[in-house]
Amino acid sequence: MDMNAYLSMFIDESNDHLQSLNENLLKLESAPEDISIVQVIFRSAHTLKGMSATMGFEDLASLTHEMENVLDLVRNHKLRMDNFIFDTLFKGLDALESMVQDIMGGGTGKADVASIVTSLKSIVKGDYKDDSAAAKPAAAVAGDDGSTLDQFQSSILLQSIDAGMTVFHIVVTLRDDCVLKAARAYMVFDFLERSGEIVKSSPSSQDIEQEKFDRSFTVFTIASIPEAELRSGIESVSEIESAVVTQLDKESLQQLGVSTAQGAPTASASIAVDTVSAASAQAAAAASPAPTAPAGSAPAAPASGGGGGSRTIRVDIDRLDSLMNLFSELLIDRVRLEQLASEIRRNELTETVEHMSRVSSDLQNIVLKLRMVPVESVFNRFPRMVRDLAKSLDKKIELVISGADTELDRTVIDEIGDPLVHLLRNSLDHGIESVADRLAAGKPETGTVHLRAYHSGNHVFIEVEEDGRGINADRVKQTAIKNGVVDAESAKRLTDSEINMLIFAAGFSTADKISDISGRGVGLDVVKTKIESLGGHVSVESAQGRGTKFSIQLPLTLSIISAMLIKLGAEKYAIPLSSIVETAIVPREQIRKIHGNRMIDYRGSVIPLVSLAQVLGCTSFPEEEEHETEILVIRKGTKLCAVTVDEFLGQSEIVLKTLGKYLTNIEAISGATILGDGQVALIVDPNALIK
Amino acid sequence: MGEETKVIVFGLANEEYGIEVEKVRTIERMVPITRVPKTMTFVKGVINLRGVVIPVIDLRGRFGLPETEATESSRIVIVAAGDLEVGFIVDSANDVIDIDSDTIDTPPEVVGGIKAKYLRGVAKVGEDRLLIMLNLSEVLNKSEIIQLEHIEA
Repeated sequence: MDMNAYLSMFIDESNDHLQSLNENLLKLESAPEDISIVQVIFRSAHTLKGMSATMGFEDLASLTHEMENVLDLVRNHKLRMDNFIFDTLFKGLDALESMVQDIMGGGTGKADVASIVTSLKSIVKGDYKDDSAAAKPAAAVAGDDGSTLDQFQSSILLQSIDAGMTVFHIVVTLRDDCVLKAARAYMVFDFLERSGEIVKSSPSSQDIEQEKFDRSFTVFTIASIPEAELRSGIESVSEIESAVVTQLDKESLQQLGVSTAQGAPTASASIAVDTVSAASAQAAAAASPAPTAPAGSAPAAPASGGGGGSRTIRVDIDRLDSLMNLFSELLIDRVRLEQLASEIRRNELTETVEHMSRVSSDLQNIVLKLRMVPVESVFNRFPRMVRDLAKSLDKKIELVISGADTELDRTVIDEIGDPLVHLLRNSLDHGIESVADRLAAGKPETGTVHLRAYHSGNHVFIEVEEDGRGINADRVKQTAIKNGVVDAESAKRLTDSEINMLIFAAGFSTADKISDISGRGVGLDVVKTKIESLGGHVSVESAQGRGTKFSIQLPLTLSIISAMLIKLGAEKYAIPLSSIVETAIVPREQIRKIHGNRMIDYRGSVIPLVSLAQVLGCTSFPEEEEHETEILVIRKGTKLCAVTVDEFLGQSEIVLKTLGKYLTNIEAISGATILGDGQVALIVDPNALIK
Repeated sequence: MGEETKVIVFGLANEEYGIEVEKVRTIERMVPITRVPKTMTFVKGVINLRGVVIPVIDLRGRFGLPETEATESSRIVIVAAGDLEVGFIVDSANDVIDIDSDTIDTPPEVVGGIKAKYLRGVAKVGEDRLLIMLNLSEVLNKSEIIQLEHIEA
């Protein structure tokens, strides 16, 4: 069978399952008693295991299998989640993720996961808690791995010993790379049956046949051959790593029997207490979620079951991109047709064109919507990141995410991940104080980081806000002067918010010591450049001692925008509608000069007046001869500015085009578009007009 | 005999230049050019080439020759070098010829006032025809221009 055909599907679905594992584990960490979450995790892990086994990614399958074993115990109330288990499971997830990454990159998905597998196994065996305890072997024998005997079995064994036969307890371990575990186990069983009688095996022989066991299994057998022969016989089966054969006498058998009767091993007291407390806690845990579980899992079931919810198909991103490109071409032709229709003035033509326009704007909505992805797909990796970072920084941090369902164009989504990682790392490392500092400052010991996304007009805002120490304006100023970002003279004149913006300057770092988390201060200027290349803005607000808020403003889409077309003499320009507040006509005498700068009165406040012709060096518009000037009031953040133009041509949907690689970083121009008459019009970047 | 290469021949200030045919996308008649503010003076602006916005530079200006008004025979040669796609305004473009790579000599120090680094060589065609082969990546190299402007400023 050609597996390549299924590979992309496998990768997609694996990533989905890994994501869901990650999310649910985090959920479980905050509510460790909620068994319904464990069920969801178990299902994901199980599917993942099945898929990877089918695709032949054995390492992936076996690691998932180990994790599944642990989850199975938790699910059946045999094990209680604790920090060690969470950490091990998270480690396992990371390993799984890197394997899937490897497979995506064309690799074989092989990885060395021995240490994780060992930890997982020790969790299953239940002996991880008392590594130091001297009674470890006792726990292994009498512990959770089923080597205990019921009364019937122990009486058989006792009788056999009385009858002069030898009884053995055998632990068989298969080799790590064993491919046919069930077959090897069968060969061992076959040998034991021939040389005696198997009284009990753990896991049960049924489970072993179905390969429902790890690398090892235990057997109680009544054998007719001596110990050494038994061992060599088992080890002669290939792919067996070891066989530990222990002869049992009456005493040890009685111990095993007693231990089962009491439900706790007779080993050291500490273990007994441990087990009892764990058992009682399990009982409590089992009792308490029991009534709530049906209520909690009932609404979750239809959603995760996927039977009823929205029906979706997976579409190749390239196809969506080419759909978008084709639609852009159509849009240019539509504008052209509209123009022609208005020139030709024939009713039938006008009607058809109008109808086409309506259809195409519906189409535009759908095409744009198709490309919209909830920011969730970026946000969902952050809880895990914050958890790990907080642990490594030894801080207590809670991440509160809101508005994860806010949608953004896929091209924007693809690009904002890294800047957000930078900002979050920065907030965690430099913003939130250590527990001691927080308590000293009279704050709760757990720092809170809010990650918010919301729509506003044609933009989406993403905010990262923490309640940490805030930006130390003086230190920022000093560092900026020291690093040559500003000179001492101009630094004196800066307002607080301007000082805060200095942290986005290249080569700036206020961290006293360089940490491996937010690095050398290269982060924030990269964030700024990236966001601005997406047509967005970053700003920062901070109150010393109370926290810092970074906010990112992003355009909804990067390909089609609404714009106002204007004329300067013979030249036409487009200005994004999103930053236009209003248009107006002002008589010449209302333009005032303040300190050499032209200003106008706008709704009670005085705002600067900028000549677009001057900024763009346009000579064909004799501005000085006008008695009345058309102005556009534009906004950047809270700042307003009036821009003089020659003539308004009207509002239009325009398709963004780049100026090509040869022309980059043109001042005040953000791109170009093709107008209905086939001419190129440049798109003015309004933000460059406001200083 | 060396390898035969096809070259597009275009005229600029009474001299003939050549660009390998595979580097030339199309040759267009003059179309309206949208001025792009605040760029190098020889960048005339951008044009719409079947839905793609392409920057256009005046090759005369690029080589420091006096710029002239476009005439009936002026053409825009769209070239692609690496990931750059740029249009060159030239005085005329009307010939495709085969040249033998053996006939391309390394350029003499100064040819027609153009800095030699823009040239890949001079090809001799027939008895008395010289063709200046352009080194496209150098012609489109911006960092050098930016440095020059800084020095002048």
